[in-house]
Amino acid sequence: MSVFSEVPQAAPVAVFKLTQDFTNDQFPKKVNLGVGAYRTDDSKPWVLPVVKKVEKVIVHDDTLNHEYLPILGLPEFRSSASKIALGDDSPAIQENRVGAVQCLGGTGALKMGAEFLRRFYNGNNNTTTPVYVSAPTWENHNAVFANAGFEDVRPYKYWDAEKRGLDLAGFLGDLESCPAHSIFVLHACAHNPTGTDPTQEQWKQIAEVMMRRKLFVFFDSAYQGFASGNLEKDAWAIRYFVSLGFEMFCAQSFSKNFGLYNERVGNLTVVARDADNLKRIMSQMEKIVRTTWSNPPSQGARIVAITLNSPELFSEWKGNVKTMADRVLLMRAQLKAKLQALGTPGTWDHITEQIGMFSFTGLNPKQVEYMIKEKHIYLMASGRINMCGLTTKNIDYVAESIHEAVTQVQ
Amino acid sequence: VNLICSLLLLSWWGGVQMGPPDPILGVSEAFKKDSNPKKMNLGVGAYRDDQGKPFVLSCVRKAEAIISAKQLDKEYLGIGGLAEFTKCCAQLALGNDNEVLKSGRSITVQTISGTGSLRIGGNFLSRFHAGPRDVYLPKPSWGNHTPIFRDAGMQLKAYRYYDPSTCGFDFKGALDDISKIPEQSVIMLHACAHNPTGVDPRPEQWKEISDLVKKRNLLVFFDMAYQGFASGDIDRDAWAVRYFIEQGHNILLSQSFAKNMGLYGERVGGFTVVCGDVDEAKRVESQLKILIRPIYSNPPMNGARIASTILSTPDLRSLWLEEVHGMANRIIKMREQLVAGLQKEGSTHNWQHVIDQIGMFCFTGLKPDQVERLTKEFSVYMTKDGRISMAGVTSGNVGYLAHGIHAVTK
Repeated sequence: MSVFSEVPQAAPVAVFKLTQDFTNDQFPKKVNLGVGAYRTDDSKPWVLPVVKKVEKVIVHDDTLNHEYLPILGLPEFRSSASKIALGDDSPAIQENRVGAVQCLGGTGALKMGAEFLRRFYNGNNNTTTPVYVSAPTWENHNAVFANAGFEDVRPYKYWDAEKRGLDLAGFLGDLESCPAHSIFVLHACAHNPTGTDPTQEQWKQIAEVMMRRKLFVFFDSAYQGFASGNLEKDAWAIRYFVSLGFEMFCAQSFSKNFGLYNERVGNLTVVARDADNLKRIMSQMEKIVRTTWSNPPSQGARIVAITLNSPELFSEWKGNVKTMADRVLLMRAQLKAKLQALGTPGTWDHITEQIGMFSFTGLNPKQVEYMIKEKHIYLMASGRINMCGLTTKNIDYVAESIHEAVTQVQ
Repeated sequence: VNLICSLLLLSWWGGVQMGPPDPILGVSEAFKKDSNPKKMNLGVGAYRDDQGKPFVLSCVRKAEAIISAKQLDKEYLGIGGLAEFTKCCAQLALGNDNEVLKSGRSITVQTISGTGSLRIGGNFLSRFHAGPRDVYLPKPSWGNHTPIFRDAGMQLKAYRYYDPSTCGFDFKGALDDISKIPEQSVIMLHACAHNPTGVDPRPEQWKEISDLVKKRNLLVFFDMAYQGFASGDIDRDAWAVRYFIEQGHNILLSQSFAKNMGLYGERVGGFTVVCGDVDEAKRVESQLKILIRPIYSNPPMNGARIASTILSTPDLRSLWLEEVHGMANRIIKMREQLVAGLQKEGSTHNWQHVIDQIGMFCFTGLKPDQVERLTKEFSVYMTKDGRISMAGVTSGNVGYLAHGIHAVTK
């Protein structure tokens, strides 16, 4: 008799199931537009040239060992990672009120921030503080905050399905009417899954309400550099909020912009009011880290730290990032052009207006099912496609298939 | 009150207290600041060679070279980790021919070293264990066990384990306490090289413990962080784990490769649940993934790849077994030399326990005031409970250590 005989089968995580189904599919022209990882024009994963270079350096360096990192992570990584988000000349950094926790990817950074907020924000252990995530959002946001103990994770209006753009009025409305001290998870750039970001003017409006109503700012930055190809541009919103004086968290991922997916490289940047507050915050972060993973993994952080701290390698990295961003932009332009040439009903401007890895096509669930079952093109039920799955070799097939889905399936 | 109010207006975090320093890592901090050339760090449990330097195993360097040459991609691992690793990990613990592995009725997931494994285990128990919320730890246990299980939502109780009057195992006390543990409670057992005491049950004692635990219908959770490191023999060190499984206990098991492969900072570990049958194992696996995803999504590749390369490549595996044996032997030698040194100093105390205890740690029996003197007068750093890490002892400093211990205990 087993203690676990009553454990029910859990549903698989959708995006991984999609990839599994794709892998099992024998159709020669199959296309995977599911998981968010970069692919080359040959549909292959791409290890950044600068990463290969740095890995060689590491493996040949006999002075390096595998000792434990400090609880909060590799110092050179933490400081350079925060600088990437906030800017080298960030006044907050100069004022010694920026701290960082090296974490296991962007997920780990969100987790650490969530655990800290649950314990110390809005009174002690206030699990009823509402946490707002965009509608829609990355599917794991809900689980991260719920598992950290927050009982009230809610959507804020974001995507306007009809006009296929940002529902700013709805967003601002939720900011105005939400309970005091609510926490808002903001996508710094390249919103996942819609690819729709607020403009600078719109960010200013959002910031004004958040400041006035004293809401907590928690940025999720998983695509810096990857969205526009320019690091500074992609960090504009974060830096703007910092300049207004917000105390805030920013969860950073280096999975995509460094292609270091499986090494789990993330950073939780903490912007505090002053150095004293920061010191106490970091001491409590250590306690949370200690019972979750004790100290973070070394390899990925080393690669990023070495790269960011060498002017030559940093330059090379920026070039690699631009390569990826440019290919995505090209696929966007081509997909839109082909759909327009086919005369596919509807407007397709959103494909080039959206930014980053993902595009919310606007395909409905029935059309998505058609794409998967009849055309062996795998995308999320929401209609989200990963632009990196598109190549010059398959883009015609995909465009034609979308055309079919839209015209034949209602 | 006005000051507090104005502080609260200024920062969200005005009420956050300074967290207490980690007692074990705090020892290292103090050690670093000491300028005495004869200082010794006997705090943290990381292996050191006879020159007092961190030791990167040759099998690790060789494995790294092999991996580097393969030029692998960096795609996300599955939530449960690298399949080759989890297979090797389970085989190492249970033995290749174990019926459990042959039948497929267990599930092993890759975790963030031992801490991550224990935390996932705690989370799993908290969510799915129908029995009492209590986890029974030996008294004393690794300091981090308590906060890990507490943060996972479990409660902690203890059973007698260490007998300070003999510096050995309180077998009678353990049996007495275990016989009173409510049915279906979770009991944590250190598989070998008990941390912090170095006191392990003998095989005949393990047999009695197993019988009693079975009678009480307790759920066994083994923590095995030192397989190979204790006696130098991986099979011998896993004997208790394998015996319990043979006796029908469907155990939970945490494994770490931090010490036995020197992969500390790469965070390599495994969590295993032995289930009733294959179907249950699949259901448990699905739920473990649901637990892991909102913490860090999927585990880091580098260390797991190194470990699985070593375990599955015959000549690397042999080399590893030799090197683990070497590390264990050096520790055993230092134990013998310390006792010889104490006798040479003229100590009249019985130091047999230093030789009888096993693994990285030694519970010297020193009282807190003696520890304080040892630190203040001799710059020998250790934890207040009298625990020393034998790994910090070398042939060059063992005489000095004996001298210091004798001085504070004569």
